[in-house]
Amino acid sequence: MARRVTTQKKIVTTILAWFVGLLIFFPILWTFLTSFKTELQAISIPPVFLNFDWTLENYETIQSQSNYFHFMLNSIYLSLGSTALGLIVAIPAAWAMAFSPTKRTKDVLLWMLSTKMLPAVGVYIPIYLLFVRFGLLDSRLGLIVVLFLINLPIIVWMLYTYFKEIPGEILEAARMDGASLGKEITQVLAPMAVPGIASTILLNVILSWNEAFWSLNLTTSNAAPLTQFIASFSSPQGNFYAKLSAASMLAIAPILIVGWFSQKQLVRGLTFGAVK
Amino acid sequence: MATLHTKSAARAMMAPAVIVLLVWMAVPLAMTLYFSTLNYTLYNPISTPFIGFGNYTYFLNDPTFLAALANTLILVIGVLAITVIGGILVALLLDQDFYGVNIVRLLVIAPFFVMPTVAALVWKNMMMNPVYGVIGQLLSSVGIPPVDWMTNVPLLSIIIIVAWQWLPFATLILLTALQSLSEDQKEAAEMDGAGALSIFWYITLPHMSRAITVVILIQTIFLLSIYAEILVTTQGGPGSQSTNITYLVAQQATSYGDIGAASAGGIVAVILANIVAIFLVRLIGKNLDA
Repeated sequence: MARRVTTQKKIVTTILAWFVGLLIFFPILWTFLTSFKTELQAISIPPVFLNFDWTLENYETIQSQSNYFHFMLNSIYLSLGSTALGLIVAIPAAWAMAFSPTKRTKDVLLWMLSTKMLPAVGVYIPIYLLFVRFGLLDSRLGLIVVLFLINLPIIVWMLYTYFKEIPGEILEAARMDGASLGKEITQVLAPMAVPGIASTILLNVILSWNEAFWSLNLTTSNAAPLTQFIASFSSPQGNFYAKLSAASMLAIAPILIVGWFSQKQLVRGLTFGAVK
Repeated sequence: MATLHTKSAARAMMAPAVIVLLVWMAVPLAMTLYFSTLNYTLYNPISTPFIGFGNYTYFLNDPTFLAALANTLILVIGVLAITVIGGILVALLLDQDFYGVNIVRLLVIAPFFVMPTVAALVWKNMMMNPVYGVIGQLLSSVGIPPVDWMTNVPLLSIIIIVAWQWLPFATLILLTALQSLSEDQKEAAEMDGAGALSIFWYITLPHMSRAITVVILIQTIFLLSIYAEILVTTQGGPGSQSTNITYLVAQQATSYGDIGAASAGGIVAVILANIVAIFLVRLIGKNLDA
């Protein structure tokens, strides 16, 4: 009897949870479906759900007519470039703070965090004027540097929380056994640090890929990433829902997949280790 | 001797990160502060006389600025209300045992990975368009006349779009907190005859309180800087009904070329964000055993 009640409860919960899940997911699902419709079907009244003639023409149009790959490549350059730069600067810093902390380590960490809380408009105007002055407007290099700087605090923090978990005794043991500093790093520490570094890369790529304020304000075409490409759909000419959908799916699919794989790291990275 | 050596090595390793962040923060901020005291427009960049607090008094007496300030607060509070309450409910649901729990989790978290311009345009056109949008068609099928969201309730529309983007974040963090709640405690309360509601109120909610605080503080930081969602949907309008401070400052600088006024607005935004940041840094600092 008791068991039956639990099964019933489980079925009710299942229905409710799937309903809520699909409701939240609906705009994405709808965009996905619309991207395979013709423009006419995309705005048909009443809307068609699955019973339409699936077509790939929107994806073909997006690729042939609008320089989609140019924007896609820029997004890849910007997110990977800023992440690489971030790691080069952050790994030694996080390493030092995790393994030889001083009295001031905590203050430095919190200060770094506070720079992340500086609103973009507080520094936007001088940066914009400097970019104009030095011809960095609409250049990939300029935006890579900005993205690197705005995400650096998160990278340092995330790496720090991961490095903290590597037991210091292992280092001592390796030293006792006469390992050189090079060996210590390549053979003992690196294998333990790799998962943390990988998670950090994932989160930072997601954040850079979706960054909108700086990307929209500092680029126009040459260095413009997908964010800017999609924004160009905001002033439409005629029927365009199906093409907007196809472009949107192409812009979000890679990061959606990366994101699904890194849910846990996301919590950790975005809460600065305050919630694990 | 060895420790001294390690210490200086550690300092050298930290130096690049500290220096670039210091420069990134201090130099532009000082420049913004300086510009905010000048009568500085891009149309006449040669003559930039010092006018003290002139830009601030101009800004603080400008009805657009006051509207933007109010809109910024309404936007932050509105999104927080929806995402925190919604996030608690969805997290409680996802914490239950049901079929396909992993797939539903993926569905719920998905909106967080959608870039702001995509989220805003999909909602504006395919959900909220009064003629072709799904919401309008659903409403008219039950006899309710469609709403022109972006014209009639622009700020609410943006709140809905942004809340949709941030609900997954709140849910994910609150769910993480929920899962660290020990079953023993709940069972003990059940044995003592506590109902589901009082268990939630006296055990679950207090347990989640820290995570809720973190969600509120972190989201506030990001929500104060909402920009893309406004740019591609209402462009701050109609009038200034959906202009927030971030949008206003960017507009003052790039469209009107008023560097002085825009800088004053930027400084106001910094002050607003700092009020939140102080609490957040303290909270995280308490939790840090460095």
